[in-house]
Amino acid sequence: MSDYGFDTLAVHAGAHPDPATGARSTPIYQTTSFVFESADQAAALFNLQVFGNIYTRIMNPTTAVLEERIAALEGGRVGLATASGHAAQVIAFHTLMEPGCEILAARQLYGGSLNQLSQSFAKFNWGAKFVDATEPENFRRELNEKTRCIFIESIANPGGFITDIEAIAAIAHSAGIPLIVDNTFATPYLIRPIEWGADVVVHSATKYLNGHGNSIAGLIVDSGKFDWGQNNKFPTLTEPCPSYHGMRFWETFGDMAFGVACRVLGLRDLGPALSPMNAFLTLTGIETLPLRMQKHCDNALEVARWLKRHPKVAWVNYAGLEDDPCYNLHRTYCPKGAGSVFTFGVTGGYEAGVALVNNVRLFSHLANVGDTRSLIIHPASTTHRQLDDDKKRAAGAGPEVIRVSIGIEDAKDIIADLDQALNAAAD
Amino acid sequence: MMPSYTNDYIAGILRNTRTIAMVGASGNEMRPSYFAMKYLLDHGFKVVPINPGLAGKEILGQKVYGALKDVPGPVDMVDIFRSPDAAPGIVKDALAEKERFGLKTIWMQLGVVNEVAAQMARAAGLNVVMDRCPKIEYGRLSGEIGWMGVNRRVIDNRKPATFSKGGSLNRG
Repeated sequence: MSDYGFDTLAVHAGAHPDPATGARSTPIYQTTSFVFESADQAAALFNLQVFGNIYTRIMNPTTAVLEERIAALEGGRVGLATASGHAAQVIAFHTLMEPGCEILAARQLYGGSLNQLSQSFAKFNWGAKFVDATEPENFRRELNEKTRCIFIESIANPGGFITDIEAIAAIAHSAGIPLIVDNTFATPYLIRPIEWGADVVVHSATKYLNGHGNSIAGLIVDSGKFDWGQNNKFPTLTEPCPSYHGMRFWETFGDMAFGVACRVLGLRDLGPALSPMNAFLTLTGIETLPLRMQKHCDNALEVARWLKRHPKVAWVNYAGLEDDPCYNLHRTYCPKGAGSVFTFGVTGGYEAGVALVNNVRLFSHLANVGDTRSLIIHPASTTHRQLDDDKKRAAGAGPEVIRVSIGIEDAKDIIADLDQALNAAAD
Repeated sequence: MMPSYTNDYIAGILRNTRTIAMVGASGNEMRPSYFAMKYLLDHGFKVVPINPGLAGKEILGQKVYGALKDVPGPVDMVDIFRSPDAAPGIVKDALAEKERFGLKTIWMQLGVVNEVAAQMARAAGLNVVMDRCPKIEYGRLSGEIGWMGVNRRVIDNRKPATFSKGGSLNRG
């Protein structure tokens, strides 16, 4: 199947006509549970000795198609779906971390992830350190004996900063720890982090993968390439597991060990399962991912170039622009496009930002990204409202900053809407 | 680097195998060999466990033999659940019973790669698979392992048999 191209996999991978009915579209198996054939088969299922369905919190045939599809698109070994992108991160880290261990993460992360790592994970006694990812060597300087993984975003939210995955993967591997990449903003259409050395990929499938703004969903992909037995840092995978009668995941499942452990420990015990309905909607979205993603990127580049020349716009941060600091990384990692989320500054500061979001007629003013629809937000008056001006600026949310997620409408209509709103905002 | 095999090659072997002699079968229900044996029995294979320490006893209701030479034929596949350096000796024993067994395949488990053993088996005209598990390959090609989100590297455009009856493996 490695011969099949990306667009073919986006439509077909993981799916098959339904064995019971021949249904060609993936059926929505809207059930909590699956009957056992016998007490013996039930025991074998619970012992992980045979493959089969038990309970939708752990696995579901609709969700499984989505899981296999993302694994195929990312070039990984195993996929796992979760209720949200945040849940995917909890499950992935839960499989790697022990109390007292640390995550070494890029400072350039989605604000929700910064909160999750620095605040909520502290309650599990998992530490988090953040470094400026524009210089990969910053990660090496902060490694220590407690570090269990490096965590970055391929294209970082909200600035559109592109991360040097290959250099950071090499630093992680030199310390015997895996690199985890949040690939939400790039999707595997633009960047396949595993090809650059990443060991685990996580997604908020809520964004471009689903693409239609109709479901919250998360995904994990295990590359199958990390040697969990090379040190004693990952006892969840290498030591006997008490809740499976002393089975060792790494010995029993080999290159699937991480993905299987995320499912049968993380999903089983922490519980954030994806609903089959949302799995179906996300699967349907992924079928058109290549078409949508290219259109998103083409539109974003056209809009960014236009904004750059607009008198009411002070600056534009988009890696697709030739003079952007990330332009070379964009040409290396994602030559098909630099994504469609970026920020720009309005010349009139805070008031002009508020006026702009109040005057758009096509753009939707909301807090999501990666929708078919063009989206806009003024972080200083919404998501980052609680911070003082200095902290807003440090977070890339200064008073003049606007974040857009460019949709797949006609570029001329997107531009016309911004033009009328920028001009109205200046009045 | 894992050895590489086509889906057709692996599927052909599994379709033409009825009886598997599993060298290194364990009676401990949480050992990988027990997992594989349990699964293969559930999917219609006859599995003959080989373990000198358990000879004469039973694993999963199957009589355990101490050595390949003690196993009554036929045996289509010898599945090696031992360390790689034990593989050449096991292949030598298997080749001694080749005609009596009607032996077709030497299969070495995940993590077991031994080129000397593989070459001996190929020279005798046998199929060779290394660094794979027949349970995982059967689950992958039938479709069943997709339930675990595993990337099967297969596209299906026809309705497969129900997975308990071999799924896509039972076509063609």
